[in-house]
Amino acid sequence: MLKQCEGSHAVAEAVALCRPEVICAYPISPQTHIVEGLGEMVKSGDLTDCEFINVESEFAAMSVAIGSSATGARTYTATASQGLLFMVEAVYNASGLGLPIVMTVANRAIGAPINIWNDHSDSLSQRDCGWIQLFAESNQEALDLHIQAFKLAEELSLPVMVCMDGFILTHAYERVDMPTQAQVDAFLPPYEPRQVLDPADPVSIGAMVGPEAFMEVRYLAHAKQMQALERIPQLAEEFKQVFGRECGGLVRTYCTEDAETIVIAMGSVLGTIKDTVDEMRAAGHKIGVLGITSFRPFPLLAVAAALKNCKRFVVLEKSLAVGIGGIVATNVRMAVTGMGLKGYTVVAGLGGRAITVKALTGLFDKAGRDELELLTFLDLDWNAVNKQLEREKQTRRSGPAAEAMLRDLGTVASKIA
Amino acid sequence: MPLQPVKFYQTGTFTVGNRLLAPEDRSVQANMQRTNSLNSGHRACQGCGEALGARYAIDAAMNASNRQLIAANATGCLEVFSTPYPETSWQIPWIHSLFGNAAAVATGIAAAIKVKRQKGQSGDVRVVAQGGDGGTTDIGFGCLSGMFERNDDVLYICYDNGGYMNTGVQRSSATPPAARTATTMPLGPEPGNPFGQGKFVPAIAMAHEIPYVATATVADLRDLEHKVTKAMGLRGARYIHILVPCPLGWGTASHDTIRMARLAKETGIFPVFSAEYGEIKSALAIRRPLPVEEYLRPQKRYAHLFGKSPAVATIARIQAQADKNIRKYGLLEKEVR
Repeated sequence: MLKQCEGSHAVAEAVALCRPEVICAYPISPQTHIVEGLGEMVKSGDLTDCEFINVESEFAAMSVAIGSSATGARTYTATASQGLLFMVEAVYNASGLGLPIVMTVANRAIGAPINIWNDHSDSLSQRDCGWIQLFAESNQEALDLHIQAFKLAEELSLPVMVCMDGFILTHAYERVDMPTQAQVDAFLPPYEPRQVLDPADPVSIGAMVGPEAFMEVRYLAHAKQMQALERIPQLAEEFKQVFGRECGGLVRTYCTEDAETIVIAMGSVLGTIKDTVDEMRAAGHKIGVLGITSFRPFPLLAVAAALKNCKRFVVLEKSLAVGIGGIVATNVRMAVTGMGLKGYTVVAGLGGRAITVKALTGLFDKAGRDELELLTFLDLDWNAVNKQLEREKQTRRSGPAAEAMLRDLGTVASKIA
Repeated sequence: MPLQPVKFYQTGTFTVGNRLLAPEDRSVQANMQRTNSLNSGHRACQGCGEALGARYAIDAAMNASNRQLIAANATGCLEVFSTPYPETSWQIPWIHSLFGNAAAVATGIAAAIKVKRQKGQSGDVRVVAQGGDGGTTDIGFGCLSGMFERNDDVLYICYDNGGYMNTGVQRSSATPPAARTATTMPLGPEPGNPFGQGKFVPAIAMAHEIPYVATATVADLRDLEHKVTKAMGLRGARYIHILVPCPLGWGTASHDTIRMARLAKETGIFPVFSAEYGEIKSALAIRRPLPVEEYLRPQKRYAHLFGKSPAVATIARIQAQADKNIRKYGLLEKEVR
């Protein structure tokens, strides 16, 4: 059914259609509306046979999720930013225990300086935690990916993070096609774990494993993600059969066949990039787009296949591997090893900095002429940065720099170039 | 011949020959049908108070729950010595997740069971969480308080040996004053653990006004069984804090574990009581009041108090704390149960 609603609300409804049995909630912007929506549905009786637990921290949220999932309940939670970092120990534990928890990460920057707006630093900091990470481009995709996520998680006995851009998606009102309960039931069978905490068949879960088997256990975690590489495209196909629309998969290409330049990105910024590409193609530029939906497992072969005919690629990412440059870019470079492509890393949109068509057009134009720096920080205020660097050169003092820079900038205005 | 009342404490304990009791009054451990939930063959040290406490507590909980029990365990000695992969000593469904989240994991289990019961997919399965004092009073405290505050249907059992024994005897917030640990060495002007620090979690649990809070020791095992049974008869958040001497960390002989626990209680160092909804309901009376020195002297962690010039003032401070416990919990008054 078509409806106009907030992204968070769409996700809450989709999660409810998946018949979750335990939901843990701890508020953190910009994820909060999702669990608020689910809490309301449980309280009103629209979502039955479901326990909604207001926990005292994100660490507790993931820990409660571990307990309920290990007892055989379909379990969901949502978080963002600092919340994800606060639960990290339990995040690794959930994947190590093979518990198919589904969690929305409403992507948000990580402090200090504290910042509530969107970038991908939170999820990408957890790229090695053993969870599958799927990135949504639109609210429709966010909604649909959650339905796929439960199926994928439970089939592979692995937790799945559905990542959606905080505010840009979570708080945006868009038209979505909300599936029916019958459709979701046809796609997603009930959760039937092979091992649960059950007095009828007592098992010990979470034993200490020494050097004699630890490597093997870790390898199996990797092997499962490799299986996910095969399963994710199949699930997208099965999804299409039931719901009649494309969603998910490993990567998504746009105008790449004849493209000399391919821009690679994740999440909602793909929309802006495609608009830019449309305009540039109309002006004769041979440019295309590769959207990465599955960041973990990382689809090395699919990325290489999409880039096989281009001359150069530009990875535009909302994350920064401090001290080296890009995180997504590093992964892409692994995929194109030996292909002789020129590659550019663009760090953009950190902490909610707007990414505009104007800025992208200039950027891609420069890339097309191979005049781009290998690492570019899009729309960086060099004036503010250089002032601070100069100040630090003159007096060496430890401590945070953010406040000094804000003083230089004066009244804070949103930075839209 | 006039009727002679049976004295149940001839041996100085509650030890009662089971043959003197009616079958329904006999201990869970004395029953041939006991579950051996924590089975033999585990790797605890000789004389481990925690292994003894856990064995009694979990068997009693199994008995009280009609063997429908799931346990969540914090990281620590109990976890390490009971489940060295691929072995396990647990005869019950058991999960270890992390050091600081046993209470929250248990909340999750209880929530799952509640939904499964609604759906007719599960019977009345009960949940216990357990951990040492580090996993309870320090790193697991947030999750514990959250579980209490929500009144989740979980019995949390803390086995308190007064320190991080698994990692090599470091101080926890349950380490008593003056005690030597690897991080509170008997050096400087105030040797050992400082006075005026630490917390007594049973009192904090009571402040949550949960249905049941009790303390126990491995000296009074019938009392421990009774309290676990009582706790399992109630719903909501329940907390039992068991003093479990640690031969390694305390520097005591393996065969003195139960004696040390008894001395802790008889000196007033460790008050043994129960409370319901934040109100004290009972306290185990001290039978033969003893000075704290009797408790301190056999322990190497207090050896620095008994050198060439005994630390009289420090011992007096510990005595004052014990006296305060005696006053506060009415430990010299006639027992009410």
